[in-house]
Amino acid sequence: MIPKFSFSPFKKFTNKSKVFRPSRREFLKIGSLATGGFMLGVNFQCSGPKGETLTFAPNAYLSINSDNLVSIIAHRSEMGTGIRTSLPMVVADELGADWKSVKIIQAVGDEATYGDQNTDGSYSIRMFFEPMRRAGATARHMLLEAAGKKWEVAPSDCDTRDGMVIHSASGQQAKFADLLDLLQDMEIPDQDGLKLRKLSDYKLIGKDIPIYDVAAITRGTAVFGADMDLPDQQIAVIQRSPAVGAKVVNYSEDKALEVPGVNQVIKISGNGAHPGLNKPLEGIAVIADNTWAAIKGRAALQIEWDLGENKDYQCATQMEDMIRETLEDGRLRREKGDVKNVLGSAAKTIEKTYRAPYYAHATIEPPAALAHYKEDGTVEIWAPTQHPQWARDSVAEALELDVADVRVNVTLLGGGFGRKSKPDYVVEAALLSKAIKKPVRVQWTREDDIHHDFYHSHSAQRIKAGLDAQGNLIAWNHHTVFPAIGGTSSADELHPSDGEMGLGCTDFPYDVPNIRIESHEAKAHTRIGWLRSVSNIHHAFAISSMLDEIAEQRGMDPVAHILALLGEDRQLSFNEEMEGEYPNYGEDIAAYPWDTARMKRVVERVSREANWSKSLQNEKAVGFAAHKSFLTYVACIVEVSKDENGKIIIPEVHYAVDCGIAVNTDRIRSQFEGGAQFASSLAMSSAINFENGQVKQNNFDGYQIIRMPQAPKKIFTHIIESTDKPTGVGEPPVPPFIPALCNALYKLNGKRIYELPVKGLFT
Amino acid sequence: MEKLNTMEKFTISINGESREVTAPADMPLLWVIRDLLSLKGTKFGCGQALCGACTVHLDGVAIRSCSMPISEVGAQELTTIEGLSANGEHPLQKAWQEHVVPQCGYCQTGQIMNAAALLQENPSPSEAEIENAMAGNLCRCGTYNRIKAAIQTASKS
Repeated sequence: MIPKFSFSPFKKFTNKSKVFRPSRREFLKIGSLATGGFMLGVNFQCSGPKGETLTFAPNAYLSINSDNLVSIIAHRSEMGTGIRTSLPMVVADELGADWKSVKIIQAVGDEATYGDQNTDGSYSIRMFFEPMRRAGATARHMLLEAAGKKWEVAPSDCDTRDGMVIHSASGQQAKFADLLDLLQDMEIPDQDGLKLRKLSDYKLIGKDIPIYDVAAITRGTAVFGADMDLPDQQIAVIQRSPAVGAKVVNYSEDKALEVPGVNQVIKISGNGAHPGLNKPLEGIAVIADNTWAAIKGRAALQIEWDLGENKDYQCATQMEDMIRETLEDGRLRREKGDVKNVLGSAAKTIEKTYRAPYYAHATIEPPAALAHYKEDGTVEIWAPTQHPQWARDSVAEALELDVADVRVNVTLLGGGFGRKSKPDYVVEAALLSKAIKKPVRVQWTREDDIHHDFYHSHSAQRIKAGLDAQGNLIAWNHHTVFPAIGGTSSADELHPSDGEMGLGCTDFPYDVPNIRIESHEAKAHTRIGWLRSVSNIHHAFAISSMLDEIAEQRGMDPVAHILALLGEDRQLSFNEEMEGEYPNYGEDIAAYPWDTARMKRVVERVSREANWSKSLQNEKAVGFAAHKSFLTYVACIVEVSKDENGKIIIPEVHYAVDCGIAVNTDRIRSQFEGGAQFASSLAMSSAINFENGQVKQNNFDGYQIIRMPQAPKKIFTHIIESTDKPTGVGEPPVPPFIPALCNALYKLNGKRIYELPVKGLFT
Repeated sequence: MEKLNTMEKFTISINGESREVTAPADMPLLWVIRDLLSLKGTKFGCGQALCGACTVHLDGVAIRSCSMPISEVGAQELTTIEGLSANGEHPLQKAWQEHVVPQCGYCQTGQIMNAAALLQENPSPSEAEIENAMAGNLCRCGTYNRIKAAIQTASKS
């Protein structure tokens, strides 16, 4: 989630073809240091036996060959956001390629060549929009130069469109391919003077562009994590430690080996009660000819476990402990003014406690990975991973190999939501392949996935607010406590990090004169990870529920209340009030400030589009919340009602979003539609419980996610037109939906909601 | 040798072809399709008929292949996503593309197969009928609204 900045030397775009004519090489730093792929040199390769097929590769992301085929690298993982389409689309638009004939190639994990590939934190568009424009613009510039030379015209009078260079004054035009010869003697343009298209000039950016894989997906030919086969491969299914840190005392493989198709049983050693984010859990792997044999073989294993230090862990007990903690003074994380004194003398105080459960990611594709440890001591992986570079590093570490000897191919991901950032399942496959000297696919079952996730933390929060005699909100005291992600790796990490606190808690943007934000200790008794929008989920639930309650106390319309609390148009940086750093999602706060005017715009827009005032007059059960996360501003209005059978339904959801320049408007809308439905599950139906260190739920019967009848009936996404730097939309739809829904349910039922998931309302 | 005794030969009719497989009688159809016949469009999601990712047709009826043992298939005609249409041109597949339904795409073949069986039985389903018929197919990305819209489009074609 927090970006890892690095850059490394250039590696050739392909290594199979002979480099035909390298030219000047220079390193160009473009945008973020995390973006690689720009160690430029015109890289010509000839792939035919006589060199008759030229490939022009001005950078790692793009090539054009003499068949006029434009190939663009997708270096970020596709888990449903559409990024495999939306970033290549930027390259193609800037280049002027014929989008319909562009070929998209998924990159292997290779940070040196492609830059950051950690597809997480709603980073991709934010981090790579500008570099992708430059990748396309570099090639376009050179093509225009070539055309200018060929036709003896000014390059600036030419343009590129649909895979052609065009000189409209003379009517001359040429395919890109026809100019490749001329490019061979040309140098890479100076990046400082590189001309990018105007926003109004784009044909793809800002439009509804269908995803590249839509036909393959509907035909069943798209390749996901478990869809790749190799000759001689074996399938592994693993019985993992029931509680994190549990150790195998004894096991018998005899019964498992009696199952037809089962060939071997292998133990994988775990890494203790704080095993880290990239290590396998302790387990016994059953290796078989096919998946069913492996599943049956596993069921026949006899294992005696020492459940270890988490064997008495009850999440319900920890929840009560955490709630007690919030009544004490905690560790100060942000302070402004003098909350304690002001609360002591406030005319009125409101104090509420909020609880939210553990959540599992429950991607419909359970984790799976295929590894092939080869005779030459290298290993090749095919995996649905959000973070191929970390998978590569982790496999190299586990197998004691050079990173260069590990190749990670990225398949489509059948959902990610943060689960598939962690490469534990990839390491399992690699370890087993090395052990049996054959390709091995590790297949997780749904029960494995529910039992051994990196969970979203359960949480307790207490907020105490003070009003003065005139009803002004003058004090805000927020206590938050939840086992931190850091606790997965270390027993000493008892508080949320600055990063987790900065996810919707310490970045409280409202103009309240006295603010005090505190965290409390909670130990991690399982593997804690990050789930779509991370601690924004519970922070937004508490804060926006509380603000709705305060608005009611003040007799104010919740929308007008938020607009008033946002105060003057201003840019917040928080840092002077923070204990520690405000990470701002890895971006410089000066470049990406917290802009109250932008938030007010989305609040006003959603209010207008949803007919908020009229809904209030008509006593509709509508709820509102606004929440910025991952540098994207979102406001949300949810309507609830009862159907003829008295069941709660969600007839309508309206979102307004300011994500800067809107790159692929259809995928922005689809992320908001999906975000509302994902958040509906978190709010209404999902929860993980631990008893004796072990997860109680097993499958989709116990861990429920919403089904079509429970989904919001209509979801509208209103995108603010903007020329600001683009930001991501994968996670930002989730946080505000939950409190908006809770605030709407209050209107319907007269009962405030302090605990997720909302019980007894949805059937 | 002892192990081999528990394996049986089955001849099944799948996507218009007759195929012979050797499997234990309790092997779910899903794993026959994926592991033994290498048809990868049918997906594994839960193994308990709770999510619908593995939906196929048996004599035109949508079933969860993860929970149907191979021994129960007999002479019934099995259709997977690969056999739904010749070139991916089933009205639902076209409607799915028109509405750009998929996000990650993993559950979508199961959704399409389930929807195809629905339209076979009820060519013009109401919104409530679509919701009820599709309630067994989970989508974690949240494409339910577009699935509904695509089914409505296909039902009109």
